[in-house]
Amino acid sequence: MNADVDVKPVPQAPLSLAHQFDDLVQQREADDLGMWLFLCTEIMFFGGLFLAYTIYRSRDEAAFAAASHELDLFWGTVNTAVLLTSSLTIALAHHAAESSRRSQLVALLAATLVLGSVFLGIKGLEYHHKYVHGLMPLLGLPFEWQGPSRGHAELFFDLYFLMTGIHALHMLIGLGILLVLLIQASRGRLLGDFSAPVRVTGLYWHFVDIVWVFLFPLLYLIGAR
Amino acid sequence: MTVLIDNPPPISPPPQQAPRHHYLNSGYSFRSWFLTTDHKRIAILYLLSITFFFSIGGLAATIVRLDLMTPQADLVQTETYNKLFTAHGVIMVFFFLVPSIPSVLGNFLVPLMVGARDLAFPKLNLLSWYIYVLGGLFTLYALLAGGVDTGWTFYAPYSSTYSNTYVMATAIGIFITGFSSILTGLNFIVTIHKMRAPGLTWFRLPLFIWSTYATSLIMVLGTPVLAISLFLVAMERFLGIGIFDPRLGGDPILFQHLFWFYSHPAVYIMILPSMGVVSEIIPCFSRKRPFGYAAIGLSSFGIAVFSFLVWGHHMFVSGQSVYAGLVFSLLSYLVAVPSAIKVFNWTASLHKGSISFETPMLYALGFVGLFTLGGLTGLFVAALAVDVHVHDTYFVVAHFHYIMVGGAVMGYLGGIHFWWSKMTGRLYPEGWARFSAILIFVGFNLTFFPQYILGYLGMPRRYHVYPAEFQVLNVMSSAGASILAVGYFFPFTYLLWSLRFGKIASANPWRAAGLEWQTTSPPPTENFEVTPIVVDEAYDYRRIDGPPADGGAP
Amino acid sequence: MIDDGFRLLPEQASTHAPRVDLLYYFLLGMAAFVTVLVAALIVYFAIKYRSGNVRADRTAVRNNAMVLEIAWTVIPLLISLGIFGWGATLYFTGSRPPAGAMQLRVVAKQWMWKFQHPGGRREINELHVPLGQPIKLTMISQDVIHSLFVPAFRIKQDVLPGSYADCWFEATRTGDFHLFCAEYCGTNHSRMTGRVVVLEPADYQAWLEGGHANEPPAVAGKRLFEELRCATCHSPQIAPVRCPPLQNVYGRDVLLRDDQVVTADENYLRESILRPAAKVVKGYEPLMPSFDGQVDEEQLIQLIAYIKSLATP
Repeated sequence: MNADVDVKPVPQAPLSLAHQFDDLVQQREADDLGMWLFLCTEIMFFGGLFLAYTIYRSRDEAAFAAASHELDLFWGTVNTAVLLTSSLTIALAHHAAESSRRSQLVALLAATLVLGSVFLGIKGLEYHHKYVHGLMPLLGLPFEWQGPSRGHAELFFDLYFLMTGIHALHMLIGLGILLVLLIQASRGRLLGDFSAPVRVTGLYWHFVDIVWVFLFPLLYLIGAR
Repeated sequence: MTVLIDNPPPISPPPQQAPRHHYLNSGYSFRSWFLTTDHKRIAILYLLSITFFFSIGGLAATIVRLDLMTPQADLVQTETYNKLFTAHGVIMVFFFLVPSIPSVLGNFLVPLMVGARDLAFPKLNLLSWYIYVLGGLFTLYALLAGGVDTGWTFYAPYSSTYSNTYVMATAIGIFITGFSSILTGLNFIVTIHKMRAPGLTWFRLPLFIWSTYATSLIMVLGTPVLAISLFLVAMERFLGIGIFDPRLGGDPILFQHLFWFYSHPAVYIMILPSMGVVSEIIPCFSRKRPFGYAAIGLSSFGIAVFSFLVWGHHMFVSGQSVYAGLVFSLLSYLVAVPSAIKVFNWTASLHKGSISFETPMLYALGFVGLFTLGGLTGLFVAALAVDVHVHDTYFVVAHFHYIMVGGAVMGYLGGIHFWWSKMTGRLYPEGWARFSAILIFVGFNLTFFPQYILGYLGMPRRYHVYPAEFQVLNVMSSAGASILAVGYFFPFTYLLWSLRFGKIASANPWRAAGLEWQTTSPPPTENFEVTPIVVDEAYDYRRIDGPPADGGAP
Repeated sequence: MIDDGFRLLPEQASTHAPRVDLLYYFLLGMAAFVTVLVAALIVYFAIKYRSGNVRADRTAVRNNAMVLEIAWTVIPLLISLGIFGWGATLYFTGSRPPAGAMQLRVVAKQWMWKFQHPGGRREINELHVPLGQPIKLTMISQDVIHSLFVPAFRIKQDVLPGSYADCWFEATRTGDFHLFCAEYCGTNHSRMTGRVVVLEPADYQAWLEGGHANEPPAVAGKRLFEELRCATCHSPQIAPVRCPPLQNVYGRDVLLRDDQVVTADENYLRESILRPAAKVVKGYEPLMPSFDGQVDEEQLIQLIAYIKSLATP
């Protein structure tokens, strides 16, 4: 029983290599697979909401269209542009991290944070507008709907607040993570072989963006205006 | 230790004192346990917490069965009774059965079985445990503050509008715990894909890994749908919205679709790991490779895939269309086939083996018998016209307890006994253990077999009071439950006892195949001193034991 | 019959029950056979191949593994499909009431069952029916989901809030039989029970007449129609200009504003009273006010009975 066939002892493992992994390639693949799997769970989570939306919309399309026309198409479109741009900035941030360009990384992470916050700010304004106009049928607030199909219109707004609310929650969590990354990047970390957190967060951020890309037409673009 | 190309693997070093440094004595501080990232310690943390929840769920069941000994409401008030059966269901499903084997045995064994130093994401693993505990505490709070009375199924609109119990707190508790499930499954999938030892191809993996992988797929894809279902119920209560409220045009049946889309696959989360355990135990105590390794392994995937297609069989009388009923019934028969394949393969694995009857084998054989019976009654409930009669009666209660208790729990206990020496370095007392296994088997059957009869006679579920003609069968069931309770008490006691007074175990007391047995009992923190290289097929017992005694060809 | 005696199998008191039981006995036999087979094989192998038994021939013979795998995959599959077909056929016939079924209305609420006979006679928690006559129950809940279950008839149907659900049976034995609520519905779920009393047809007639006179639902519905001022629009003089006429509407296809075609069944009529803007008939404006909150489920049943009675023969 000799030891010649042992696995070659790993030469001084790089600092970026976690102890459970054998090499950086394995670590990177595991990190990516892990995040993709997590995104699959998020698809299933949002999927339930999209299913509820689809079923209720099919039962009274006219009511949903009428309710949808109360949403502000302008600000919704602005928000879409903002979010898509933030996906660009985080993709560039990942590239900067991998190329070890510290100041670029910091700037791009900050830009993503700002854009994400702008999105949430605009969303907040939209919510406020709904509140003021009696279109927020939550927590017992009055629902001032003048058109027909009051019950179904109320369902639309319930779904609107739920779906955009959960989306906003995911964005908030993303912003929190981005803030942590920004602080770490400003201290010179997350560069080169240590850039996995930026890459993985980027995947999450892109996913949140894609959810919005589906939410926007479903909520804002029903029927002609 | 290394595995070499030409020589058979070392079976185990001769029994000696416990290894000097292993994962249990590598640190005694609070931090070393509660901030551990060692998958083995996390498995022990899970073992303690799920045992705690099992006791609470079991206590609830005890009170229920005591009250059911008489047709009237004698022991507790009806509001309390309703809260007790809800607590029993919620705790046993979400806080015991779903985590049990994956979080205890899976966490402990997956890295060992694939030859890795730890799971892919050790810190995420620790986070999973904390999330589980947080969810559990939320639910405990709900129970202690006043309880929930909706049943573990939370049907709307009762749960969303009418019940005035702690629905939201419980829903949030389960929602939180769901993440523990998701992260555990995620960890296993990545580990099994990316961290197998050199030479460990898919078809050399232990069957426990196959079933853990299939379970993890369901955990990852199904749990989020439960999360959204409970989230919507909680939001209806909190925000006063009406997603499931018919007065607004909402649909209560939508809740059922969303809920069962997870909760049906969930039952496969609860049984697949036990099947994996049985697939490890039977070859070891028959001293031969399982019959149909590929069939058993691939059938786990078949079950995982089909499990997502049959949820509507919980809703045959719900008001869903007749055509939906036809489709779901047909698919439910298809999902039965992979399970049948496993049972036949396990039975055939005994043929020409060399069989011994240590405790793990008793649990495994008991599992095969009881799972067969429970699974066959699945064919009854999948038959549309029969299900119309037995839906929401004790027939269904008996069916799922045969699978969950006669199957999953017995598999869990079998696995605990099989790997106890590996986890603790001690041997449990075999005589007491065999006695307990038999006691549990007898108590179980006496508890649940009468419920089939009760169900077909027409006794509905979740009934506090019932017509007098059902009393005899209820008394039989409660008598069995008392035996079962005593039966569970024994392993709890002697396993604890063995930690201090049990015989010291060698690395491989069962002379079993599998990488986990190639390291000491208990293993060192880093699992293996050097990464093993695998050259054997799985379960190569003929090579471990040498030629059979009758001199036949190996 | 409801009695306190111990039994192993439920009574068969409907046309459907023996058919369900036949399938059940087949399943029992098959389950017993397979369980005994598996158990016997396990015991046999365990004894024959126990580790102490050196006489057992353990030479490995593995050339027919694939045949076995295919056999025990295909045979259970075929049996399963057979059982599926049998259960599905029975289910189909069990869900389609025969023509000429007598329709009774059922309103479930926490925690009681309210029954209404076609002639108007009402009952709570007890349902008298004649022997040998198909009975269709049209059911709705006032609050949560309930489920009407009569074990002796082998029928069960969830009763939903917001829409009608049907089930049917034909009793084959006189006597009284348990009626249970089978969907957990809150505190007194297990006390939401009653009985079905099956009488000879002549006795049923006598029972109907014996009770104090109740208004037939269509008569009560007509009175409500006037009290609620439905005739303001739906009278022959105003309709069809301002609103759709109600003569002969029940059971016909209706063209809606969005060009969908729906059948004017009971659910449609009920929805049109509670949420009139949901389905507006083509050529009309959504002018009808909603009566949600002004009528309960029983009154809705009466209004619908009246509308149905507006069919010219």
